[in-house]
Amino acid sequence: MALIRCENVSIGYEGQTVVRDLSFQISAGDYLCIVGENGSGKSTLVKSLLGLKSVEKGRIIYGDGLRQNEIGYLPQQTDVQKDFPASVYEVVLSGRLNSRGLRPFYTAADRKQAWENMELLGIGDFAKHCFRDLSGGQRQRVLLARALCATRTLLLLDEPVTGLDPIVTAEFYQLIKKINRESGIAVVMVSHDIESAVQDASHILHLQETALFFGTAEDYRKSRVGRAFLSGETEPEQEGKTRETKGGGENV
Amino acid sequence: MFETMIEMFSYPFMVRAFLVGSLVALCSALLGVSLVLKRYSMIGDGLSHVGFGAMAVAAALNTAPLAVAIPVVIVAAVLLLRISGNSRIKGDAAIALISTSSLAVGVMVISLTTGMNTDVYNYMFGSILAMSAEDVQLSVILAIVVILLFVFFYNKIFAITFDETFALATGVKANLYNTLIAVLTAVTIVLGMRMMGALLISSLIIFPALTSMRVCRTFRSVIISSGVISVVCLFVGISVSYLYATPAGASVVMANIAALVIYSVIGAVREKRGLGG
Repeated sequence: MALIRCENVSIGYEGQTVVRDLSFQISAGDYLCIVGENGSGKSTLVKSLLGLKSVEKGRIIYGDGLRQNEIGYLPQQTDVQKDFPASVYEVVLSGRLNSRGLRPFYTAADRKQAWENMELLGIGDFAKHCFRDLSGGQRQRVLLARALCATRTLLLLDEPVTGLDPIVTAEFYQLIKKINRESGIAVVMVSHDIESAVQDASHILHLQETALFFGTAEDYRKSRVGRAFLSGETEPEQEGKTRETKGGGENV
Repeated sequence: MFETMIEMFSYPFMVRAFLVGSLVALCSALLGVSLVLKRYSMIGDGLSHVGFGAMAVAAALNTAPLAVAIPVVIVAAVLLLRISGNSRIKGDAAIALISTSSLAVGVMVISLTTGMNTDVYNYMFGSILAMSAEDVQLSVILAIVVILLFVFFYNKIFAITFDETFALATGVKANLYNTLIAVLTAVTIVLGMRMMGALLISSLIIFPALTSMRVCRTFRSVIISSGVISVVCLFVGISVSYLYATPAGASVVMANIAALVIYSVIGAVREKRGLGG
């Protein structure tokens, strides 16, 4: 049984299909990288996996004890957060919200888990610091700790290294790899960084409206699609499609 | 000083003004933190103009002003929130559109019926004489509802204010809470606007949150500090209004400006010393 299985999924905005006939699955402990150009439907797919956007056709099945609201999501940072007065601890603890349901207050167990995740990611010393005073890398760690608070099985990271410098980026990838290997938490990462994706991930989904490739990272490197993308070329036949779908895909 | 205080509180209208004022100030400060952080500050301003229009129409029809204004402003609040979430019409333009339209309707109705008299002036700039016993009851109920809901949903309000997408992904019904905040804001504004004035009531929503954010560094402390600042500024403002016969709304805003300046200086000094963490 897979954690998430997508069967012939199509997703669109106002009649314009952004993702077409997509099938793939994520099993426990996988590290799946979703790659593809801008407008290839990556962000839309993420929204549907989280249940924020309904699919037009096909279905997304959650299994292995994973409920849709138990995905540990690390979204792209928003403008609002740049001057938001909140302590690191407050932000991390808010990840426990999905275990609360209608009950209004956090329990001692919730607090303990927030602390454990902060320690795990090396931000325990910052607990009382203000989120807006942190560096980009530290903020991503805080949001990752929050995501960990929300899940036991699956992390979903949406372009997590955008705006980070190369050293911090490398550290962040190490951290993700460590969490994936040691805690056995499956990772789904949307990424532009194809080189690192192929290095770290166990599976690759190359999205271009539909799956150009889905399989292990090793096979991807040998495949025609993978070789072309890794060397920085785009296949001429795909370019037209990219333009077509650009309007609906990203930044919604 | 003490005698002046006693004298001030010996008038029933002053007691009502203080009571309604501080409850409205407290509610709007709590709601304001979320609105300001979510970049919805102008909603307060838009709603107060809608309230003005509704009250003018109510006066022309000879009906109770609150009975007309509260539902109209609630509808406007939900509408504004919907429009803000719609990318085709930008939220700021929509708010400007609705608020100027309502103001125009209000002014037209008044000029065709009673004419531009002192009542209009009071609606625009506020009066401490405006509070009735019915307002006291309503504002006590409102304050209890707002505070209870706020405490009960505090963690969810924090989550949707900080990161709505994440909150939605973890199963929080963000739209429901956004609507709740908008509705409570609408009622708060209608209750406060005759005292504070249609043009100035939105300051109660915006100032305390911004002032607290100069110094406070956690969400909880911003909330608590906003509530305290708002009530203190209201007391100072109303007292000034009583002593110097100045319009209530403007006096309260002046007190809020002073608080903002003081907090900004404290915040700047702290930052310089590096005690920010």
